[in-house]
Amino acid sequence: MTRPTRPADPVIEISHLRKTYGEKVAVADVSLTVSRGEIFGILGPNGAGKTTTVETLAGLRQADGGTVRVLGADPQSHPEAIRDRLGIQLQESRLPAKIRAREALELYASFYRDPADPAELLAMLGLTDKAETAFKDLSGGQQQRLSIALALVGNPEIAVLDELTTGLDPQARRDTWALIERVRDSGVTILLVTHFMDEAERLADRLAIIDDGRVVAEGTPTELIAARDDRRTFRMRLPEHTPADAVAAVRDLPQVEAITPIGDEYEVTGGHRVLPDVVIALAHRDVVPDEIRTLTRSLEDVFVEVTGAPAESQEVPA
Amino acid sequence: MTTTTAPTTSVPPRSRRSVLGPGFGALLRSEVRLFLREPGNVFFALAFPTVLILGMGYLIPGLDETITDPGPLEGLRTIVVMIPPVLATAMAAPALTTLPAAMATYREQGVLKRLSTTPMRPQGVLVVQVIIGVVAFVVAAALALAVFAAAFDWVAPDEPLMVVLSVVLGAAAVFGVGLLIAAVAAKASTANAIGMLTYFPMLFFAGLWTPGPIMPDAVQTIGSYTPLGAASQGIEAAWFAGEVPARQLVVMVVYIAVLYPLAAKLFRWR
Repeated sequence: MTRPTRPADPVIEISHLRKTYGEKVAVADVSLTVSRGEIFGILGPNGAGKTTTVETLAGLRQADGGTVRVLGADPQSHPEAIRDRLGIQLQESRLPAKIRAREALELYASFYRDPADPAELLAMLGLTDKAETAFKDLSGGQQQRLSIALALVGNPEIAVLDELTTGLDPQARRDTWALIERVRDSGVTILLVTHFMDEAERLADRLAIIDDGRVVAEGTPTELIAARDDRRTFRMRLPEHTPADAVAAVRDLPQVEAITPIGDEYEVTGGHRVLPDVVIALAHRDVVPDEIRTLTRSLEDVFVEVTGAPAESQEVPA
Repeated sequence: MTTTTAPTTSVPPRSRRSVLGPGFGALLRSEVRLFLREPGNVFFALAFPTVLILGMGYLIPGLDETITDPGPLEGLRTIVVMIPPVLATAMAAPALTTLPAAMATYREQGVLKRLSTTPMRPQGVLVVQVIIGVVAFVVAAALALAVFAAAFDWVAPDEPLMVVLSVVLGAAAVFGVGLLIAAVAAKASTANAIGMLTYFPMLFFAGLWTPGPIMPDAVQTIGSYTPLGAASQGIEAAWFAGEVPARQLVVMVVYIAVLYPLAAKLFRWR
């Protein structure tokens, strides 16, 4: 399965977006392009300007500067042009307490020209059993899935999903991720806003990391991780009674930048040939490591580097 | 499954099936269902005026006696003095308790915001809520009068047109108050608090506790400048004295002229 890695057939184009609330700059300068059919992730710490960016592109807020084009229309001056074609699942947007799942979907379906079949959506989101359950009696995960269904009920070309797995248990998160991929595979472009690293790494075809109202990194998850991947790290456990000069010899290798004992292991950092060089040097001294583990760089490492923020990979209480 | 077939180039013009857009009928049906699912709504907005009439007529001693004091009410059962305040109650419950709470709840929960991302406008919910409130008032008032006629002696109004005018203007004025609360309250709890803070004083000035003849003059004068007091006094004057309640009608018109533009200007759609 190949995904576009460069913008082609753009459906969202944001250029130098700026938005302030009084003194507070919510979005300083955000430019990004989303192509048809991809899952585009907007990743950033809380308060980075993610939600303001998507609310502006949905026509809910007026920008102070820059341009926004969605499906060829300007949502600032003509928000009505995109309402039929863009579905959005907003953070903390609830439903009346006593409306039932099926009623809500049928009601929202009636607003659109060419809606999806509410019964099919309920089945796709695993809510058929809960069709006659009032919103207030649904679990957090079920409410969230209903909210996703409402974003999809208009058969949109673009679905914007803001923090869709916040508050879900791990199994519900995985189910939701699988669902998002199915929706993308049906041809819907998805803009995914999240502050969870694992979610972005798992789902996004391309992503932009936003910090302090600016795009600080952009690309596919692989590109983002590779872009800074000029160093390798691994850990090894050496047999007991390994002569000290073997470790000293490893330290002197040109590829090795550092060797640090951690517990009963050594952590070795160096250039991209560091692993074979160390293994060969040890073999010359007849030392065979008991165990070697390579440490893979993750999106989380990239995130911490570009934002300086502590990354969150597990859900936290709001 | 969601399949996308829409063209990539231009946005076709939205079909205008009704002024309020497609889905308005579905929204109205949905909101009526939700209204009827709240027992509090059904009781206070629909049944409360009738319960008041029956409770007062049968339980409060003296209200069943014939009035002997000279004046327009002479010869009538005392219970008739409750007709104007009970009609005022029928207006006030949906206007001041149901409508503002519903709109503020929708604002607080993000329902208005969610709607503004769809082709349905959040204004549609307001129109629907006003329709529900007005219908609830008409049903509650008709029910109360029908029960009154069945349980006690019916008294035909002296000036039916003036009674209707007072009822219509009074309802419009008190719904204006409700719309103003609905316009600005950010939270359901705020809307409820403001609603109750206006509801009970207004019922007092409408004469629910001290109906027409026994209301002190000073209270009556103050009451005539409140929307519900003016409505109640207007109905009373037209019903039993055959008078044109000029001052009360003017007061209600002024409220309408001020409240509606103000609510429209202040309304927060998210």
